[in-house]
Amino acid sequence: MEIPRHWRLKKQRYGLVGEVCPHCNHKIFPPRDVCPNCGDEAKEQFAFSGKGEVYSYTTVYEAPAGFDANAPYTVAIVKLEEGPMLTAQLTDMGEQPIQIGMSVEMVTRKMRNDGDERGVIVYGYKFRPVAQNAIAG
Amino acid sequence: MTLPQTSPTLLKPVKPVGIVGYGAYVPRYRIAAKEIARVWTGKTSGLPIKEKAVPGLDEDVITMSIEAARNAMLRAQIDPAEIRAVWVGSESHPYAVKPTSTIVAEAIGAVPSTQGADLEFACKAGTEAMVAAMGIVGSGMGRYALAIGMDTAQGKPGDALEYTAAAGGGAYILGAADESLAVINSAYSYVTDTPDFWRREYQKYPEHGMRFTGEPAYFKHITEAATHLMQASGTTAKDYKWAIFHQPNVKFPQKVASQLGFSTEQIAPGLLVNTIGNTYAGAAVIGLTATLDIAQPGDRILCVSFGSGAGSDAFDILVTDKITARQSLATKTQEYIARRTEIDYATYARYRGKITMK
Ligand SMILES: [Zn+2]
Repeated sequence: MEIPRHWRLKKQRYGLVGEVCPHCNHKIFPPRDVCPNCGDEAKEQFAFSGKGEVYSYTTVYEAPAGFDANAPYTVAIVKLEEGPMLTAQLTDMGEQPIQIGMSVEMVTRKMRNDGDERGVIVYGYKFRPVAQNAIAG
Repeated sequence: MTLPQTSPTLLKPVKPVGIVGYGAYVPRYRIAAKEIARVWTGKTSGLPIKEKAVPGLDEDVITMSIEAARNAMLRAQIDPAEIRAVWVGSESHPYAVKPTSTIVAEAIGAVPSTQGADLEFACKAGTEAMVAAMGIVGSGMGRYALAIGMDTAQGKPGDALEYTAAAGGGAYILGAADESLAVINSAYSYVTDTPDFWRREYQKYPEHGMRFTGEPAYFKHITEAATHLMQASGTTAKDYKWAIFHQPNVKFPQKVASQLGFSTEQIAPGLLVNTIGNTYAGAAVIGLTATLDIAQPGDRILCVSFGSGAGSDAFDILVTDKITARQSLATKTQEYIARRTEIDYATYARYRGKITMK
């Protein structure tokens, strides 16, 4: 059971909330309170737009425990438009082939059950391709 | 059942209330009714709709509500800390105990100074949330309130409801009329105890009381709600540019619209059931998001939900000139409908947990 950890991470997981460095304006995700760019303290919250692009990816066929119900799925390194890179699942790919550099946007989805179907449901960020017909959002 | 003509029937807030922002969500997977029929009956015609929307493996009412709420926030452009109520109406809340509303509120930044509750009233839980939100804003208790109607409805495999039970819905941020893209002039609700459709606790699929489903339930409640609202407002069908009626299939809303004097054109923008299915608590509310997407300032809209058990909420809505700038601030309902990946019955069975693994 990892309920306390899920609870502690909910802001960054649901809303992609990280930090911005007040000294050099570097955007930080995940939050770590120290700026990796200038080394100064950085505790100011910053909500990322959720827009980014696929930097690299791989498809998981043999999923770890808890994720097997969704296999196969693709995990990508996503470069957020504000700078930071993070690892996340891709979802709702449709018939679109995944390509390096493709535009993606953050959505909040079910990640897994903590334990079995009796456990708490863990929600978090994934990324999906930006729809060609989307005007915004 | 008739109402005394003297009773103060309209729900009209003390302070004028309207829709500040709205947002829709439809998951991208579709299963054709003829694919369901291929598995169960072999019929190729006489099906209630063309296709329905199916949620992905990682979606539920919580994730779908979050996306619709984010779209409503994009259009409202308000500080989420000023939202004083988050109410989610659904008959498919992921938890039996643990609110959907708190997770949605957390995701959009509306915590901690907010009400949070999940509403249930079959297919009218979403509009019930809207009426409650009118109360918070209209009484001056809070500046904004968020009301959501969202469902991932399930039909028993092979049952008539399986062809239509679908996923989708909408979210509304209500606030003062003078900052609204559409003013809600008033609402009216008509409720009776009617055994047309139900699901007992621990049961995965609903049951329906066949002889109660049409006339005494859907048609009676929608007609009463719409008629009383229009009478008390001094309006007729001609005063409305658009109308939305709960849509469990294509025929029912077409028939009730025609009985109430509305034309095919008036209900066209909000009649989505043929391409997304019956989204239950989401059905009337997503009909309204699709209508708001194309509405012009000055358009008057009648929206009437229906929930089994049974009841209807009717709304008299007037679009303001603020709508034009906000329509394009988030993904439109028809844009979600256009994003589609067709799936077969086997994939659908996996996505909807219809295959028992243990
Ligand atoms: Zn720095």
